[in-house]
Amino acid sequence: MSWHALEFYFLALMACAFALAVVFAANVVRMAFYLILSLGATAGLFFLAGADFVGAMQLMMYVGGTLVLLVFGVMLTAQGPWVSIRTSGGEWVLAALVGGSLLAVLVPTAMRLDPAPNHEHAAVPGTAHKSENKAPDAKASTEPQTTRPTATRIGLGLIGAPTSGTSGYLLPFEAISIHLLVVLIGAAYLARPKRRARPKLVESDEA
Amino acid sequence: MTNLLYFQLGLPLALAHVIVALVACFLLINLIAVGALFFIWLERKVSGRIQDRLGPTRVGGKFGWLQTLADGLKLITKEDLMPKGADALLFRLAPYISFCASFCAFIALPFATGWVGLELNVAAFFVLAVLGLEVFGVILAGYSSASKWSLFGAMREAAQVVSYEVPLGMCVLVPVLIAGSMDLTKIGNLQAGWFTNWYIFHDPFTFVTFWVFFTCAVASVNRAPFDLAEAESELVAGFHTEYSGLRWSFFFMAEYGSMFLVSGLGTVLFFGGWNGPIPVADLLGLSASHSGVAFFIANLLGMTGFIFKSVILVTVMIWIRWTLPRLRIDQVITTCWKYCTPIAAVMFTGVVFWQALGIPSGGDLAPRLGRPAGASREGWLMPDAANPTVAQHGPAAHAATEAPTNTHTPTDPQTK
Repeated sequence: MSWHALEFYFLALMACAFALAVVFAANVVRMAFYLILSLGATAGLFFLAGADFVGAMQLMMYVGGTLVLLVFGVMLTAQGPWVSIRTSGGEWVLAALVGGSLLAVLVPTAMRLDPAPNHEHAAVPGTAHKSENKAPDAKASTEPQTTRPTATRIGLGLIGAPTSGTSGYLLPFEAISIHLLVVLIGAAYLARPKRRARPKLVESDEA
Repeated sequence: MTNLLYFQLGLPLALAHVIVALVACFLLINLIAVGALFFIWLERKVSGRIQDRLGPTRVGGKFGWLQTLADGLKLITKEDLMPKGADALLFRLAPYISFCASFCAFIALPFATGWVGLELNVAAFFVLAVLGLEVFGVILAGYSSASKWSLFGAMREAAQVVSYEVPLGMCVLVPVLIAGSMDLTKIGNLQAGWFTNWYIFHDPFTFVTFWVFFTCAVASVNRAPFDLAEAESELVAGFHTEYSGLRWSFFFMAEYGSMFLVSGLGTVLFFGGWNGPIPVADLLGLSASHSGVAFFIANLLGMTGFIFKSVILVTVMIWIRWTLPRLRIDQVITTCWKYCTPIAAVMFTGVVFWQALGIPSGGDLAPRLGRPAGASREGWLMPDAANPTVAQHGPAAHAATEAPTNTHTPTDPQTK
């Protein structure tokens, strides 16, 4: 078993084990903590595959997003009656159904993939993870350029330059970002403090 | 170094990887630990002088420089207490989570050309992402302590860190934009030469950006005047009220480690990293090649400069802590959303226009002092201008334009 495979199995096992721990834990904060570890291990898998941008993204978005979950978990359950959550039988069945059907879709799809469609994957075990420690000449000669500047490739692929010459996904990307901005402003507007009956009191508070 | 072990000494590849990783980890952990020892001593001395006292004077000779070691020994011998109602697992784990997050971020922080635990293409982004994870340790500590003081401290910390990540990210984006890369080694090397090439002197906008960055960095590592999570005048000691002994000291190792980390990040992004105010190594002709003893000495000089600049920033943080009073929580949030974020946004826009219009930067106004020939000012504009065939030739031409900048970020010199 190669070193790369060993690392892969370690991280994969960690992700799966903590995912199960999320399901079987009763305390919300512990669940969130296990979820963080599981998602962190997934980020480790991305780094292992040489997708450092996606790995950092996973840390920033998913693990960071779990932070908010954790905060709400702490706020709601710190001393209250919901310190431990018991799941009813019906919810178990429903959750197993949803999770199982997703698994039933994903596993055959994953199995159908060609295990080594090109030389990129063959180059991964030795080079992708530790390629930074190799001499540049060895890297330039054997390793494809695809493993190094991942963020650049993603960015260029997104705006469609210079590979295709079209505008790529720039327009949908901008549309989505403006949409998100509108949503944020809307959320801030809805969550604003309502105007009080005596606004002068508020002003004097601030002064 | 992996190559050295693998090809020349004939060790198995797995073993070589493990050895290299262990060496890097050993060096980084020692850096954080010794750094913490030094910074705590510095904190005591500086706070003493600011308050018209002497600070520690007895332990270890004239300046009391062994004071932290004595403190550490005292902490080790203390009993490891845990409150009765605490969540035992999370309570025990929380300090290590804080420390791990602080340590992991160091992996991607370069100390000189190629002297970095793991040379990531997205190092700036990675450091920011991992730095945000440190708050988990604080929140878990606050929750699991079964103490109201701890919980209040943790919730304040959560609100503060989540808020300050926004302007901090915007400020980091500015040097990334100018350099055209998120690779910290590349960003550092694009500022090679005299201090006029540093990004803080690039244009007025970057100058302001640095101060916003520094404010947000102080807030994100939870230092005074933003240390609401601890707030000893209101919350006893905030999130670490219930901790004692070694676990408590791990929180402080994490805090001082993070202080050095954000200072190092600021140094790389705005103060040229290992490229000193005066390019001593260049003037001596040491950095001409990318291998050999001369390069090693040049890197050593650079690393000394890097650590010196980072320590100065840490000292400024200590100075701020003992000068400014603590803000209220509403003032902290106001500072973030009403001041730091808009200023950072305006500065970002300003830098975008500065770059897009091609206005000369600070390094251009001074005669190109010691700037390496291959380094262009705008990493994202110059390749197109110099090589208009990019749009037609696609990825191959793009790879070719990447190449000259790649030669400036050679790998670990010990590989040779």
